Amino acid sequence: MTTRDILEETYWALSGNKVRSALTMLGIVIGIGSVIAMVAVGQGAQGSIQSSIESAGSNLVTVVPGAQRGVGVSVSGGRGTATTLTQADADAIIAQITDARAVSPELSRRYQVTSKGTNTNTTVNGTVAAYTDVHNIQIDSGVFISDDNVKSLAKVAVIGPTTRDDLFGVGSDPVGQTIKINSNIFKVIGVTVAKGGTGFNNPDDIVYVPISTAQRFLAGDTYVSTVSVAAVSSDAMSSIKDQITSLLLTRHKMSDPTTADFTVQSQADILATASTVTNTFTMLLASIAGISLLVGGIGIMNMMLTTVTERTREIGLRKAIGAERRDISVQFLMEAISLTFIGGFFGIILGWLIAQIISSFAGLSTTISISSVALSFGVSAAIGIVFGYYPARRAARLSPIEALRYE
Amino acid sequence: MIELKNITKTYTNNNLSLQVLKGITFSIEDGEFVAIMGPSGSGKSTLMHIIGALDTPTSGQYLLDGHDVSTLAEDELARIRKTKIGFVFQAFNLLPRATVLRNASLPLMYAGVPKEERDDRAKKALLAAGLLESHFMHLSNQLSGGQMQRVAIARALVNNPSLILADEPTGNLDSKTGNVVLGTFQKLNREGHTIVLITHERDVAEHAQRIIFLRDGVIESDDRSHVQRKQSYDNA
Ligand SMILES: Nc1ncnc2c1ncn2[C@@H]1O[C@H](COP(=O)(O)OP(=O)(O)OP(=O)(O)O)[C@@H](O)[C@H]1O
Ligand SMILES: [Mg+2]
Repeated sequence: MTTRDILEETYWALSGNKVRSALTMLGIVIGIGSVIAMVAVGQGAQGSIQSSIESAGSNLVTVVPGAQRGVGVSVSGGRGTATTLTQADADAIIAQITDARAVSPELSRRYQVTSKGTNTNTTVNGTVAAYTDVHNIQIDSGVFISDDNVKSLAKVAVIGPTTRDDLFGVGSDPVGQTIKINSNIFKVIGVTVAKGGTGFNNPDDIVYVPISTAQRFLAGDTYVSTVSVAAVSSDAMSSIKDQITSLLLTRHKMSDPTTADFTVQSQADILATASTVTNTFTMLLASIAGISLLVGGIGIMNMMLTTVTERTREIGLRKAIGAERRDISVQFLMEAISLTFIGGFFGIILGWLIAQIISSFAGLSTTISISSVALSFGVSAAIGIVFGYYPARRAARLSPIEALRYE
Repeated sequence: MIELKNITKTYTNNNLSLQVLKGITFSIEDGEFVAIMGPSGSGKSTLMHIIGALDTPTSGQYLLDGHDVSTLAEDELARIRKTKIGFVFQAFNLLPRATVLRNASLPLMYAGVPKEERDDRAKKALLAAGLLESHFMHLSNQLSGGQMQRVAIARALVNNPSLILADEPTGNLDSKTGNVVLGTFQKLNREGHTIVLITHERDVAEHAQRIIFLRDGVIESDDRSHVQRKQSYDNA
C-alpha cells in the first residue's frame, strides 16, 4: 500500500458516512477551538497587563503600604488599603534617596465624578508634578499639575481621555470647565494623551488632582497610597530598593524587613508576579478547554470502535485478499488521524473567530500565537494516534476467518 | 501443487472442543479442477480455509508448492494469499459503497501493483468474469446477485493466482446464472488455474474433473472418473 492508497482508502471510508464523520470531527473542532480561544484570552490578558505595567514608566520602584505577602502582592487591587505610609515618609524619600531621578507620591481612590448632568465612577489620583516624569505621561491639551498647585492646595484637575469622553463627550476639549468630586468643584486644567489599555485596568480612565488637595478635601488625612520612584538607571534599582527599605524601617522604628508595614517592589518584581498570575490564569482556562478536547478524543475512539465492529466483515475480506496487519492498522489509524487533523484545522479557525468575537464584544485583548496553533495541530494529531491506536490494533488483530463469519 | 498430510482441525470454545477435520490426506496437482462435496457441517469450509492459507491446521502438514504453510504466522499467510490464491466467498463479500472496478482491483493494492496498472488488470478480469463494461462504474450494492458473484470472481482472479478457491459460488444464484458462473470456472481452469470448488449439489460438482466427498471430517470418497466429461459448458 502506498501513502496515496492509504489516503484514498481514508477518503472513501470517511466520505462513506459523512454525517458521522462530521459529528465526530465536531468534538475535536470544539475542543481545539476552545483551547485556542482560551489561550488567546489568557495570553492577551498577559500581554495587556505586561504592557500596562511597562507603560507605568521605566526603572520604577514602587513603595506601597502593607506587609509583603509573597506571590500575589498587590498586582492591581489592594493598593492603599493599609494606612502606614504617610506624606512625611514620601517627603523623606524625596529628600534622601539620591539615586532617584524623580519621586511621585500618590493617593489614589475611586470616587463618583460629575459634570453638568454626566457622571462617572473613576480613579482620582492625587499626585505631584513629578508624576509625568515618573510615569511617562504626556499632555494633550492644557497643563499638568504643578508644584505650585500642590503647595497652594489648588482645586484643579487633569483628566484622562476616557474620563474626558465619559464626562464631556468624545474628542471635546474640557480645559477651563469644571468637575465635581465629592461635592468639591475642580477646574479642569489639562487632558493627558491616551496610553491605551484594556477594560478592567484602563490607565486613561483617571482624574489627577494635587496630592495635598486630595489629602485635605477628599481623603481627610495625610496618608499616601503609593510612592513611585524612578531610578536614574536600571543598575540603580536594587540599591534604591535597599535604601528606601532601610530609610522607612528607621522611620517606622522597625528592624526586621520581613515584618515591615510597607512593601518596596521594582517593576521587574511586579512583572514577575503578574506573569505568574496570568500564567496560572491561562493554564486554568486552557485546562478547562482541554477537558472538552479530551471528550472529543474519546468521541473519536468511540466512533472508531464502532466502525471497526461494523466493518468486521470488510476487515476479514481485506485480510483474505492479502492485507497484512500493518495495512489494516495503518488504514484505521489514518482514519482517526484525518478526523482529528481536519477537526483541528477547523478548530483553529473556530478558536480564532471566538477570540475575535471576545475582543470586539468584551473588550478584552486576545493574542493567537503561532505556538498555540502549532501546539493544537500537534495535540490533534496526537489525539488521533492515541485514541485511534486501540481501535486500529483491534481491527488488525481480528482473525480473517472470525471476521468473515461475523454477522 | 497442494499436499495435505493427516490434517486435523479442532475448534475450542468455552472449554468445549470440537474436532472438525479428523485426519485429511490428499493432494491436488496444478491445473486440476476439484469439487469438494459433503453435507452441512462436514468441514468443507474449514478445509477450504486451510487450503487457502486463511487458517492453520491443528496438526498435520500442508505443503503448498513444496513449502510448509501449516506453521506460518498470520502476516506470512497473508503474503501467500495475495500472491497465490484467489477466493470467491459464498456471501460475495464486496465492499458495498465502492464501484465494481474498485472492488475488483482491491487485491492489487495489497499486492503492491502500481496504480496505473491496476485499473487495466481489473477491467480485463471483469471482462473475463463475464461482466459488461457498462457496469464497471456502478456501486457494487446496485448489482444483481449474479453480477455480484462475477465481480467476486473477477476479484479472485485479478492478481492471476495459480489457485482459485470458491465456497458455494452458485449457492445464491438461479440454475441458469449458476451454470454461466460454472462455465467461467471451467474456462479459467483451461487457462491453467487450479480450481477448488465447494458445493452441496451433485450437478454443480459434476462440472469438476474430480469430486472429493467429505463426511464428518474424513474423506469418504475421492472420485476422478469425471476427467473425461468436463466439456459440457464450454461455451457458456
Ligand atoms: N470458528 C469456529 N468455531 C467453532 N466451531 C466452528 C468454527 N468454524 C466452524 N465450526 C464448526 O465446524 C463444523 C464444520 O464447519 P464448516 O463451516 O467447515 O462446515 P461446512 O461443511 O462448510 O458446512 P456448510 O455446508 O453448512 O457450509 C461445524 O459444526 C461448525 O459449527
Ligand atoms: Mg461452508
